[in-house]
Amino acid sequence: MKILVCITHVPDTTSKIQFTDSNTKFDKNGVQFIIGPYDDYALARAVEIKEQLGASLTVLNVGEAETEPTLRKALAIGADDAIRVNSFPKDSFFVAKQIAAIAKQNGYDLILMGRESIDFNGGMVHGMVGELLGMPSISPVMKLEIEGDKVKMAREIEGGKEYVDAKLPLIAGCQEPIAEWKIPNMRGIMSARSKPLVVVEPTADAVVTDVTSFILPPAKGTVKLVDKDNVGELVRLLKNEAKVL
Amino acid sequence: MSVLVYIEHAEGSVKKTSLEAVSYAKAMSEKLSSGDVIAVALGLISSEELAKAGTAGASKVIHVIDSKLNDGIIQAHAEAVAQVYKKINATTLVLAKSSLGDAVASRLAIKLGSGLISNVVELPDTTSGYKVKRSIYTGKAFAVTQVNTDHKILAVKKNAVDLRTDGPLAMVEEVNLDISAENFATSITSTDKATGEILLPEADIVVSGGRGMKGPENWGMIEALAKELGAATGCSKPVSDIGWRPHHEHVGQTGVKVAPTLYIAVGISGAIQHLAGVNSSKCIVVINKDPEAPFFKAADYGIVGDAFDILPKLTEAVKAQK
Ligand SMILES: Cc1cc2nc3c(=O)[nH]c(=O)nc-3n(C[C@H](O)[C@H](O)[C@H](O)COP(=O)(O)OP(=O)(O)OC[C@H]3O[C@@H](n4cnc5c(N)ncnc54)[C@H](O)[C@@H]3O)c2cc1C
Ligand SMILES: Cc1cc2nc3c(=O)[nH]c(=O)nc-3n(C[C@H](O)[C@H](O)[C@H](O)COP(=O)(O)OP(=O)(O)OC[C@H]3O[C@@H](n4cnc5c(N)ncnc54)[C@H](O)[C@@H]3O)c2cc1C
Repeated sequence: MKILVCITHVPDTTSKIQFTDSNTKFDKNGVQFIIGPYDDYALARAVEIKEQLGASLTVLNVGEAETEPTLRKALAIGADDAIRVNSFPKDSFFVAKQIAAIAKQNGYDLILMGRESIDFNGGMVHGMVGELLGMPSISPVMKLEIEGDKVKMAREIEGGKEYVDAKLPLIAGCQEPIAEWKIPNMRGIMSARSKPLVVVEPTADAVVTDVTSFILPPAKGTVKLVDKDNVGELVRLLKNEAKVL
Repeated sequence: MSVLVYIEHAEGSVKKTSLEAVSYAKAMSEKLSSGDVIAVALGLISSEELAKAGTAGASKVIHVIDSKLNDGIIQAHAEAVAQVYKKINATTLVLAKSSLGDAVASRLAIKLGSGLISNVVELPDTTSGYKVKRSIYTGKAFAVTQVNTDHKILAVKKNAVDLRTDGPLAMVEEVNLDISAENFATSITSTDKATGEILLPEADIVVSGGRGMKGPENWGMIEALAKELGAATGCSKPVSDIGWRPHHEHVGQTGVKVAPTLYIAVGISGAIQHLAGVNSSKCIVVINKDPEAPFFKAADYGIVGDAFDILPKLTEAVKAQK
């Protein structure tokens, strides 16, 4: 079995989000980049499947050279090799086209992604790749078991989950509790250095969206505290002042 | 020229988030002269219920009655919506952001060759190009995004526009489509879902508990307040990780992102990853015994004190003001 895991290189969840160049560029100053938390779940599940059933495991990122440490970390966690499509990830459609082109070339049985990136929160690359390849795409997946060529999944829906049966090949957008995040150990980190990381050039493709500017939300005012012995006052404020009751 | 809205239904009713999407489409159509607002619904639901999409602004509802569409099979739903979209010569598709909506919209973006913008929070601005404001970085920022394609798909975030309720009932047209077998390659074998409850992602009021609630046996207090408010219940990640509450109640960066008018957080410290899931709330109330809890910095109102003491009093106070 051949597994592909697509990973994003995103600001750590504690990062302060700021912009530069008159609000047209993300300010990377002081920001630490990580594997997207949802992609990390996908990777962890892929490593488990590899250990249980035997599989080759490739990780892929569409990004510039700066994303290579993130790919190396994925190799340390257990991927066999990595591919970087050498381009700024211009928009979701562009990224989906790159992933689909690589997948067409290499023929994966299972493509795991995160349910969404934590920077642009699109939640759409898996579906786009699915449609481009004519493959089912299921997201957000919280459980995934492989039995022969059958795949049994649980997909989160509002207020619960539904159980989905499918066959390989398949694309899934993953979230917890599909697997526990894996922390690379020393041996993994050492071996990651010598694992192959191939850089390929993007297929030329038009971009369908452009971010023209970023906006930060207005700062929150200070909290209005209500005395704990006067709880009724809170209800009054919510009703008459905030008008939310 | 027209705008198509993909509407979802559950337990026999059109979802409120879908009615918000219809309201968005109507407001957009008024602003940009985009033509009729037509809704499409798939699978089993009554015509009387569908006609209510008119109150939010739809002039017509196209009801694809194929029973194979009763389940939310992603590929099949995308194919059905694409066929309807082409049939009515729509130029824009609007839908509410949801578990199924996201999955369907992304396939439609390729089928229809349209730019897709998710987490839309305002009406498009067409003064120069076609620009849409969307929420990014899990609510920590917005991006004004230009869509360069003729066809557009907008997945609208909760509370992007006010819900309309004053329109006349819509005409409902039942249609049959031919959806080929390859779109049914996946199947839904069963569903495990809370029924009759107010669902967290769609709720107008949310009461959430954190580790400060000490144990699952104390959730009765959270539920009592939620019941009195007509609210959904949520929790922090550790609470669902330990199994005090089901996973679908977990709010935050890696869980459900909520956008209620009122979010009440009890015994939650306010870690940045939790805040990422609630920062689109209109009003936030924090109850915490620690005055230094970071959540107070993100709150509109707060009470410093013991949740076990405050919760019953608050429930009573809500009851009393009714
Ligand atoms: C500094 C910086 C600036 C950026 N600016 C923009 C911008 O202006 N506009 C814009 O649209 N995007 C931008 N991106 C790219 C963005 O990070 C995404 O890669 C891309 O837009 C898809 O986003 P999405 O939210 O739709 O992905 P989603 O659909 O939410 O992602 C779902 C899954 O698809 C996979 N995936 C997504 N992106 C990639 C990728 N690049 N490589 C491999 N797998 C991936 C992951 O498994 C992910 O979990 C920028 C990235 C960086 C690092
Ligand atoms: C990558 C990543 C993603 C994450 N995603 C999420 C996420 O999606 N959602 C999420 O919630 N967390 C997430 N976390 C975890 C997050 O960092 C915090 O650890 C978590 O939110 C803390 O939960 P808590 O507030 O319930 O518990 P605690 O931090 O332990 O806080 C408990 C609070 O209860 C108060 N308290 C105690 N007793 C009482 C009492 N009797 N009355 C009133 N108050 C009381 C305390 O003062 C304290 O403030 C994530 C972490 C990482 C690293």
